[in-house]
Amino acid sequence: MPSIVKPSATHPSLQRNALGMTIRDYEGSMSTLCAGCGHDSVTAAIVRALWEISAKPHMIAKMSGIGCSSKTPAYFVNGAHGFNSAHGRMPPIATGANAANRELTYIGISGDGDSLSIGLGHLCHAIRRNVRMTYIIENNGVYGLTKGQFSASADVGSKSKRGEANRMAPIDPVELGLSIGATFLARSFSGDKEQLVPILKAAIAHRGFALVDVISPCVTFNDHAGSTKSYLHTRQHQIKATETDFVPAATEVLAHIEQEGVTSVTMHDGSVVRFTATPKGYDPTDRRAVVTYLHERESEGEIVTGLLYLDETVGDVHEMNQTPETALARVPYEKLCPGAAELDRMQAEFR
Amino acid sequence: MTLPSERTHASRPKSPRIIYNKTRLVTIDTGIPQEARPLKPTDVQDPNYYHKVVDCQWGCPAHTNVPEYIRMIAQGRFTDAYMLNRESNVFPAILGRTCDRPCEPACRRGRLDGKPVAICRLKRVAADHRGEIADRLPAIPRKKNGKRIACVGAGPASLTIANDLLPLGYEVVMYEKLEQPGGLMRSNIPSFRLPQSVLDDEVGTILNMGVDIRYGSPVDSMRALLRENFDAVFVGTGAPRGKNLDITGRYETDRIHIGIDWLESVAFGHIEHIGERVLIIGVGNTAMDCCRTSRRLGGTDIKVMARRPRGFFKASAWELDDAEEEGIEILINFAPKRFVVEGGVLKGMEFDRLEWDEGAKNSRVVETVFLPADDVILAIGQENAFPWIERDLGIEFGKWDMPVVSEQTFQSTLPHVFFGGDAAFGPKNIIWAVEHGHQAAISIHNHCTGISVSERLPHRMNLITQKMGISEWSYHNDYNPAARQKMQHTDLVERFRKLNVEVELGFSAEQTAREVQRCLNCDVETQFTAGLCIECDACIDICPVQCLTIARNGDEADLRGRLSAPAINLEQELYVSAELPQTKRIMAKDEDVCVHCGLCAERCPTAAWDMQKFELFISYAGSPACDSLLTVA
Ligand SMILES: Cc1cc2nc3c(=O)[nH]c(=O)nc-3n(C[C@H](O)[C@H](O)[C@H](O)COP(=O)(O)OP(=O)(O)OC[C@H]3O[C@@H](n4cnc5c(N)ncnc54)[C@H](O)[C@@H]3O)c2cc1C
Ligand SMILES: Cc1ncc(C[n+]2csc(CCOP(=O)(O)OP(=O)(O)O)c2C)c(N)n1
Ligand code: SF4
Ligand code: SF4
Ligand code: SF4
Ligand code: SF4
Ligand SMILES: [Mg+2]
Repeated sequence: MPSIVKPSATHPSLQRNALGMTIRDYEGSMSTLCAGCGHDSVTAAIVRALWEISAKPHMIAKMSGIGCSSKTPAYFVNGAHGFNSAHGRMPPIATGANAANRELTYIGISGDGDSLSIGLGHLCHAIRRNVRMTYIIENNGVYGLTKGQFSASADVGSKSKRGEANRMAPIDPVELGLSIGATFLARSFSGDKEQLVPILKAAIAHRGFALVDVISPCVTFNDHAGSTKSYLHTRQHQIKATETDFVPAATEVLAHIEQEGVTSVTMHDGSVVRFTATPKGYDPTDRRAVVTYLHERESEGEIVTGLLYLDETVGDVHEMNQTPETALARVPYEKLCPGAAELDRMQAEFR
Repeated sequence: MTLPSERTHASRPKSPRIIYNKTRLVTIDTGIPQEARPLKPTDVQDPNYYHKVVDCQWGCPAHTNVPEYIRMIAQGRFTDAYMLNRESNVFPAILGRTCDRPCEPACRRGRLDGKPVAICRLKRVAADHRGEIADRLPAIPRKKNGKRIACVGAGPASLTIANDLLPLGYEVVMYEKLEQPGGLMRSNIPSFRLPQSVLDDEVGTILNMGVDIRYGSPVDSMRALLRENFDAVFVGTGAPRGKNLDITGRYETDRIHIGIDWLESVAFGHIEHIGERVLIIGVGNTAMDCCRTSRRLGGTDIKVMARRPRGFFKASAWELDDAEEEGIEILINFAPKRFVVEGGVLKGMEFDRLEWDEGAKNSRVVETVFLPADDVILAIGQENAFPWIERDLGIEFGKWDMPVVSEQTFQSTLPHVFFGGDAAFGPKNIIWAVEHGHQAAISIHNHCTGISVSERLPHRMNLITQKMGISEWSYHNDYNPAARQKMQHTDLVERFRKLNVEVELGFSAEQTAREVQRCLNCDVETQFTAGLCIECDACIDICPVQCLTIARNGDEADLRGRLSAPAINLEQELYVSAELPQTKRIMAKDEDVCVHCGLCAERCPTAAWDMQKFELFISYAGSPACDSLLTVA
């Protein structure tokens, strides 16, 4: 844990975004995670993505559960809202927050333990409800915070630091999502910001639940030889199924100049996700094809990364429930809760 | 779509979905195009590499170890700080007030918040608060080595020769035209900038080492001096001639003065007054001393006349500020035309008022202007003059009638005659005179011990880790955003009461405490071990000034174009590591604005980065480095 605060000194060429803010303005407190933890790199990618899209700090809500990964929200955008829930309980709390205030940008950060063990049920239902949020799983194959026990994402045969192999089958959040109707599924690697940053920007623009599974090595408990979630193993097995550009709404026109082999998906807000360099026949909007592709590649031991699946046609939780355009939080209290007399009147109707 | 059905409990141990140790590896494309010429790993064992990172030390002609002395001041070790300074620059108290301070424009802090560390003022702090140093000075051997050296002139260059050679057993005879030592430091630098006591003290330290000084002894024949059979002769006579302005009216009055001669007369009490209206011609540092001295001798309406616009002035910015604070007017774009003298009485001067093109290359005359004056002081430069060196002695003279002198060894074409200070290559400043002195002393020592003068030891270096424990470094790595401290000045009434009232008051304890914290410890280097790096990006993510990049290798222009932040200062080096183990990419570091905060090292899980103090060892005459050469030879 560093003893000093990050110097306020900046590079003389430091740029400002549309809000006049520098990337340093999107930083949070100094990280207390282990030096070299993948989670800190994910934080840096989030900071960059938010700065690049000129997100307004007071319109961001950072949601998390328990774990080293779930500490991450403290390390970016100091000026944002946040809620640190009980272990695995972030999805329902985010769902509630989103129901009450649909105007905020929700960024959920969780771990493989938080999301795939104790919180798995909650995660599934948030996916099904298509709650509009970016849901990042900082996936390291272990419970980092409690000193490195295998998590539900550990691969069979992957060895613990003490040399024991994991025997239980892993839960792959992307494949899980495909099976329960997720609308945005991506996988990336903390050590690859070139890939991760555009994915995060697309996830924030997505109309519903955007799940981003980021392999984020635990440098302290799961970065040894024999681990399948180490930096080295990930680098040696990572393949990029898709490469994506994110084109914000304002520059949409450019997105129409397309080469062959480029698929574009226009997002709800008018921005465009362009898939470049996808494998032959790969269609990131065809659920069945994606499932087949993943099975094929992953049985070869490859770690398939990229924005893997995207469905922009399904409405989010608010559209499904036909809630008003105005955030419920801004609807006057009297209107939200018309009082006992009104309740009596309604109940009388059913008698 | 139901994946779990594929994984039956029974089949799991035999055919796991992922058998990681049988999988095929994805080939990692380093992406280096065939034609690119990748950079070689930087050789940090070359002392110049890290030396250049210590911008102030690199910029100082004598390579003073600035960050180390600033840390000593921070710890209240004023005497240590003074002695460290003295090793390289010999006159810390004098230079702490008067140095041209080339280190400050070079200082890294200036590239971050616009204002360099007040390096020079801190040097004065060390000198002001130091304790006794007599016991720390080198011992002067009773038994001499039998070699006799003559120094002509008693300015800083000659004094440095004496300082370096007396401890080695040399006899030094110093001939000085004037009755007092110090050269221009005494005769020209006014006492309101450099108190006489300060000058006496530091010059005295050297004279007390046993210089055989002969005052009132102008050397008027080199031939005669050479006949005295000295083992070596050092010429440190400076650039003693002020430039004249030979235009109409020049010789019709005695109220037109040559700046450096006039300052000398003031310094020695021969001139005590000047008229109320004074025009100073020229806008260099001599002009600043002339106008401020005039202000103290009766001048009330003083104008400094500059040919060219501001920005082309030779005077240092702080000297201009100090002059203007004293109510001196600086007029730009005036070219002297003639002196107006009526009946032997100076009335004033006529000037052409100029208009310059952009870049101030070409001008045209707009009008002719008359300005009244009681006195005019010419401060338009100095020249060398060697009328006393006969031209048939084997000492060759070249361009502009300057002696032919080696820039490395300071030897003339007569092997045992050396030149240094302003006498060697024209007027410079004190710190250059000192550095010339050090180098010439090495040459003289070589010459007298039978070693070729061109055999000079390169600098040596050392790197010492600063790690004390987790997040603990033996230097203060916190970045202090404090602004540069402003020097307090004697008030504008008090300072004019007497000629020798010192204007700068020095830093207070509070100012010192703040200013030392502005130093970025540029000598504590980020030392990288490529083999340890796991490419976790932690250092890159944490670096506050985006110094670091992991990228595929390429040629320099290409790589500079792909850094985390653009490399805007091409004078600063790009560090390039050996190939990293996992991806064969390289770690690149733009040294330009690293604040040496050590966060890269703190966040590195494998200690691939470490913070190591760089120490530069400079050779002086007879220092261990030179002695080792002796044993080799
Ligand atoms: C007005 C003025 C202000 C300056 N202010 C600064 C300043 O603030 N900071 C700074 O760094 N530099 C300053 N300088 C420049 C600096 O003083 C000189 O660069 C420096 O003193 C040169 O040192 P030196 O040893 O080469 O010669 P000098 O200091 O010039 O000393 C030469 C000595 O040799 C003597 N001498 C000359 N000829 C003979 C002879 N034939 N026989 C015997 N003795 C002889 C002279 O009397 C003199 O004492 C200033 C210069 C001037 C003119
Ligand atoms: C209800 C509850 N059960 C168990 C724990 C103990 N616990 C804390 S963090 C954690 C696992 C975190 O793992 P993961 O989400 O992968 O985060 P990581 O530390 O690996 O980033 C567990 C089991 C807890 N805090 N609360
Ligand atoms: S224990 Fe692992 S996951 Fe937790 S901070 Fe350390 S490296 Fe990161
Ligand atoms: S910051 Fe300190 S060490 Fe760095 S150049 Fe300036 S004075 Fe020298
Ligand atoms: S010491 Fe390291 S982290 Fe700090 S500025 Fe320099 S390179 Fe960046
Ligand atoms: S923090 Fe250390 S291991 Fe990580 S990338 Fe930097 S040098 Fe390499
Ligand atoms: Mg985990």
